[in-house]
Amino acid sequence: MPEFAHDEDVVLSSRARIARNIAGMPFVHVASEDQRREVIARLLPPLTGTTSAEPTIWTDLETAPKQRRRMLFEQHLISRQLADAKGPRGVAVAEDEAMSVMINEEDHVRMHAIAPGLQPGLCFERIRDFDVAIEPLVGWAFHERWGYQSACPTNTGTGIRFSAMLHLPALRMTRELEKVRQAAKDLHLAVRGYYGEGSESSGNFYQVSNQITLGCSEEELLDRFVNTIVPGIINYERSARQMLLRRDRIAIEDRIGRDLAVLRAARLLKVDEAMRRLSSVRLGCCLDIVKVIPLQQINNLFHEIQTGHLQTAADSHLSPIQSQEARAVLVRRRLGEG
Amino acid sequence: MKCDRCNKPAIVHQVIIKNGEHREIHLCSTHAAEAGVPNPGQQPINKLMTTIGQPSTRSAMPTCPGCGTTLTQVRKDALFGCPECYDTFGRGTAIMVERSQSGAAHHVGRGPGGSEQEAARRFESRRLVEELDQAVRAEQYERAAEIKAKLAELAEPPSSGEDGL
Ligand SMILES: [Zn+2]
Ligand SMILES: [Zn+2]
Repeated sequence: MPEFAHDEDVVLSSRARIARNIAGMPFVHVASEDQRREVIARLLPPLTGTTSAEPTIWTDLETAPKQRRRMLFEQHLISRQLADAKGPRGVAVAEDEAMSVMINEEDHVRMHAIAPGLQPGLCFERIRDFDVAIEPLVGWAFHERWGYQSACPTNTGTGIRFSAMLHLPALRMTRELEKVRQAAKDLHLAVRGYYGEGSESSGNFYQVSNQITLGCSEEELLDRFVNTIVPGIINYERSARQMLLRRDRIAIEDRIGRDLAVLRAARLLKVDEAMRRLSSVRLGCCLDIVKVIPLQQINNLFHEIQTGHLQTAADSHLSPIQSQEARAVLVRRRLGEG
Repeated sequence: MKCDRCNKPAIVHQVIIKNGEHREIHLCSTHAAEAGVPNPGQQPINKLMTTIGQPSTRSAMPTCPGCGTTLTQVRKDALFGCPECYDTFGRGTAIMVERSQSGAAHHVGRGPGGSEQEAARRFESRRLVEELDQAVRAEQYERAAEIKAKLAELAEPPSSGEDGL
């Protein structure tokens, strides 16, 4: 079996997020338009100034075209909620596009960092350092007992959330996902789909995150997440994969081979079908059944095949049929003709 | 218990909670009148009548002075309106937070300033504030005064000019 850094055979990416609000100001859902503008005005200098801890590029989402907002959403740099909201709001994105700071989402500030594989600690350090650097410049709402104050009681305290995007095709095939969901619930973990809250699972991706933000330090929460919770699920998926191979190797190879063949031959591809078949090919890569395509290339495709990305690449709006065609062309180019 | 501003016995006792800090006020009738604090025994009859006629909105439906959000609204949206809501809705806040945090009732770890000593100081002050709250509720004013003194000591920062709690 090939070796994968940072458990990338199962973990697509990890993220850490910190929620913060400016002291003495109403939370976003109560704030007037003027107050939400003030939030932006107070955050822009520390976010984008020359002395900023992270060089960032500001996008005003109130005026940004729909296409740009969709692209940011597909890159997981902003939430659907922020993309679709109205009024003064925006996002600052780091130059490497692996960190973003959303302004006026549910909280005044939501900072995220993302990294490939299971590396939530790396993400955490990046946003913590940023938080520590800008805190004295802004002044966060903090309560002696309840910690950093958030609009929703589920985020108060540390305001931190760790998440991992897990690829669990074998657990899905062996119908063991329900067990994972139940175990996750017992461990106070939320399990969501590819695009987070309220989204369906797509391509057998499941986003797992800690639900508790209060009563433990950030380090304790991180330690539990990265050393206990996620490894448990990773090992469960790995043994399901091995079990499938032992029991049904030919059937698995057949299925993965057919999915790859369709991707290489299709002239029109809907996003759901592409996600489903790419998920299968990704499993093939990890099991050394598909040998010639690098895992990284498939990981990138999950982003690249989204409609906003295709439209950005084409630099024009695409009709549904045009999108399907562009998607098929791209997939063929990346995976090679069969 | 004596008036905060003179030696006469205090007849008005108030606990003000703001931004997580508890402050007590004890005033005699003269200084209470001067400060505009209603004295339960000496309200003019017409004022008493209006008070009876219009029950205070606070007892009917707690409303946050910081943002005007009511507890009912906070419960309905599962969202606080502003940082001040946390103290305004005291018990209601505790119930909501503890329910969504599987029973956790205290922040642990980093805070503004961020040092270990600062965290220890905050922990101790939090404990004392709760103790003070209990003492005041039990009308143990001497004990409350002792705790207040400890809090003042704790809040006395090496350089800051704040007068603490
Ligand atoms: Zn007096
Ligand atoms: Zn409020």
